[in-house]
Amino acid sequence: MKKTTAFLAASLLMTTALATSAETIRWARAGDSLTLDPHAQNEGPTHTVAHQIYEPLLIRDTTGAFEAALATDWAPSADDPNVWIFNLREGVTFHDGAEFDSEDVVFSINRAKSEESDMKELINSIVEVRAPSKYVVEIVTDGPNPIMPNNLTNLFMMDKTWAEANDTVGVQDFEGGGTSFATTNANGTGPFRVVSREPDVETVLAQNENYWGMDQFPMDVTEIIYTPIQNPATRVAALLSGEVDFIQDVPVQDLNRVAETDGLDIRTAPQNRVIFFGMNTGADDLERDNVDGKNPLADQRVRQAMKIAINRDAIKQVIMRGQSQPAGVIMPPFVNGWTAELDAVPATDVAAAKALMTEAGYEDGFSIQLDCPNDRYINDEGICQATVGMLAQIGITVNLDAKPKAQHFPLITNGQTDFYMLGWGVPTYDSEYIFNFLVHTRGEDRGSWNGTGYSNADIDAKIQSLASETDLDARDATIAEIWETVQAETLYLPVHHQVLNWGVKSNVGIDVDPEDQPKFKYFTVN
Amino acid sequence: MLAYTIKRILQSIVVLLVVGLVAFSMFQYVGDPVDNMLGQERTQADIERVRAQLGLDQPFPVQYWKFISNAAQGDFGISYRQKRPVMDILRSSAPATLELAFVSGLFALIIGITLGVITAIRQNGFGSGIIMTLSLIGVSLPTFLIGILLAHLFAVELGILPSKGRGETVIIGGWVWSVFGTQIQFPSWRTGFLTESGLRALILPSITLGLYQMTLIMRLVRSEMLEVLRQDYIRFARARGLRERAVNFRHALKNTMVPVITIAGLQLGSIIAFAIITETVFAWPGIGNQFILAIRAVDIPMMAAYLMLVSVMFVIINLIVDLLYFAIDPRLRVDRTAGGH
Repeated sequence: MKKTTAFLAASLLMTTALATSAETIRWARAGDSLTLDPHAQNEGPTHTVAHQIYEPLLIRDTTGAFEAALATDWAPSADDPNVWIFNLREGVTFHDGAEFDSEDVVFSINRAKSEESDMKELINSIVEVRAPSKYVVEIVTDGPNPIMPNNLTNLFMMDKTWAEANDTVGVQDFEGGGTSFATTNANGTGPFRVVSREPDVETVLAQNENYWGMDQFPMDVTEIIYTPIQNPATRVAALLSGEVDFIQDVPVQDLNRVAETDGLDIRTAPQNRVIFFGMNTGADDLERDNVDGKNPLADQRVRQAMKIAINRDAIKQVIMRGQSQPAGVIMPPFVNGWTAELDAVPATDVAAAKALMTEAGYEDGFSIQLDCPNDRYINDEGICQATVGMLAQIGITVNLDAKPKAQHFPLITNGQTDFYMLGWGVPTYDSEYIFNFLVHTRGEDRGSWNGTGYSNADIDAKIQSLASETDLDARDATIAEIWETVQAETLYLPVHHQVLNWGVKSNVGIDVDPEDQPKFKYFTVN
Repeated sequence: MLAYTIKRILQSIVVLLVVGLVAFSMFQYVGDPVDNMLGQERTQADIERVRAQLGLDQPFPVQYWKFISNAAQGDFGISYRQKRPVMDILRSSAPATLELAFVSGLFALIIGITLGVITAIRQNGFGSGIIMTLSLIGVSLPTFLIGILLAHLFAVELGILPSKGRGETVIIGGWVWSVFGTQIQFPSWRTGFLTESGLRALILPSITLGLYQMTLIMRLVRSEMLEVLRQDYIRFARARGLRERAVNFRHALKNTMVPVITIAGLQLGSIIAFAIITETVFAWPGIGNQFILAIRAVDIPMMAAYLMLVSVMFVIINLIVDLLYFAIDPRLRVDRTAGGH
């Protein structure tokens, strides 16, 4: 009798164990995807949801390395340096059963290049896409482009027939007024399909049983329930109470709490985002300082003094609770061009900084305004406050003006700030992207985020040469030269690399993605 | 009466126009919506194209006029953030807010009146002292703190109530009726009242949202009740030997209700309008939550529509209250003489 009961209890336990491993992942992060249209928004959470449903030709795995997705292999053409040839995966079907072929690639890239598309800047070097056969695509660029595939990792493929049948060939058009079909419906080749979606409330995705990679990837997750939860405390409470299984953006003050809870883990990895300060070096005189007739920030010695006055370890320990990686260069460690020497953290030396200030003629210091976001990066305002104190030690009085990102970023892009915080991620994993936006002289096509006013014709020429240099060794040498100048000029004051924290149930196996984009096909559930 | 009503309605329209104008003049300081809409790789040409498309390059009186004239026709434009019509967003998130407001209003009214009566009748009792002291907490603690504390206690520590969302919801309505050849579609409504998880999900947010109103009503009922209990007619009623219960509830409570109902009506407006914080804390998918998201993204059409909606609501409630006063207050009427006991 006793034995039977024990046996019954054991089998009951077993069935419950099996039942709970019904591989539904309830997932929460701060923001929702803005649209299901894969080309309408070039934005993190939107791409993350799209990655479950749609697929690009190639993706990055959790280490940041390329992995074949809808293309099996790719290489520059032997005949024409301006052409990249992609061989497509055969036998792939969209969720509605339609077959995927080169026509769809041509259609999708052209759609992503259209004026209303938010993805067009990333692929603006593409002039033509050709489909010589059913499973081969040729992409023609306006010159040799050695890193063209880097720009395709978030460029999703749609079905041409489906788009035409549903009148959603164009990307969402504001002037048109209405929403397009693809904003609320999706038909991709990805590992999951949309079951239901209520924007800002809940999105339910189910496994695509016909996915081509069923045997290649763990594919343990059969259902994803995605709920955006804005409030960080609520998000953590939902994880602690077991209402969700996986959250992104765990606030640093709650990390211990989550890690100490039975059955929950914190997974951590450096993010593809570096946090730094920029300074207006270009102006003759600053508007928001107390020095008349000249610009103290134009003096490299002042910038160097500021660089070594910032105590990055203190920021890490006190503000970030250990969750950051102090930086010496404004480049995440995954990026082509990164070296340990460049990223060596500058030693804090207040005495040397003061000496540099004296040498530059500012022994009495000066005052300046620091513009800082308060809702964009992890503890952004706290970092700025700490910096105010550190710069005060060398006589620089900093007036901190922290505001929401919607008001902060226009200051940088419109050149209305003298001293500002910025964070930068590099989707192409190549230094050229950083140079184009942050180092090149501000102009029509490049330098849109360069709020420093820095302009160096020699550097500009070198940056422009990167786009079409096909000799990768020569290209890397140029990249190194540009970095050398950027570092010598102390153009930016690096602070740290952000660290990502994901809170998950312990039975879920996943490595943190440096782009903060979980791809559920990689998740294992025990 | 008619002239009075028309005058009040005209005044209300002016109030709405002014609210819209003030709101629009402030949107310029919220930030640049285009910056949020385009990715970091956007060029100056993109920015200018989108600005022109959205009409953001126009001076704000022009933008305002465009908004008002469209809004008058029921068109609030397309949300910058979600790229779907603002009306759709409001329509799909309104049920969540209204249900939450209804339940917390009910909670505030029932518990508030009950506790108010108890503390008035047992004015010097030990229990009344405790209730009065605790009610101070309800008045003075900020909503978000109450919400987080409740969620921590009941969801994280005890694990008996959900900390976020609406639970399971059911769509009702949306039926199409054919009447004399014309199709009438009933608005659909996503309700949480019909499922167990939906009802459980309502508990913590409604307590959080209604706590302030509850303590307000309780204190109001108590002071009114104390006032009434001192009146002669109550003493006479007692002297006649009426049962204590009849005296307290039939005679005393009834006469305290007039100000309570006025306040409760006005408070219902603020419950709906200020559900913002409660909705954020409990990830409640209502209009307030949408408003916060809209502010962060500088979603001007959404913010404008929300502000107009809230002001329309307040204007209507005030209008009704004004008209009720007209009906109730004998001094405003000349055709009837005041009656009394």
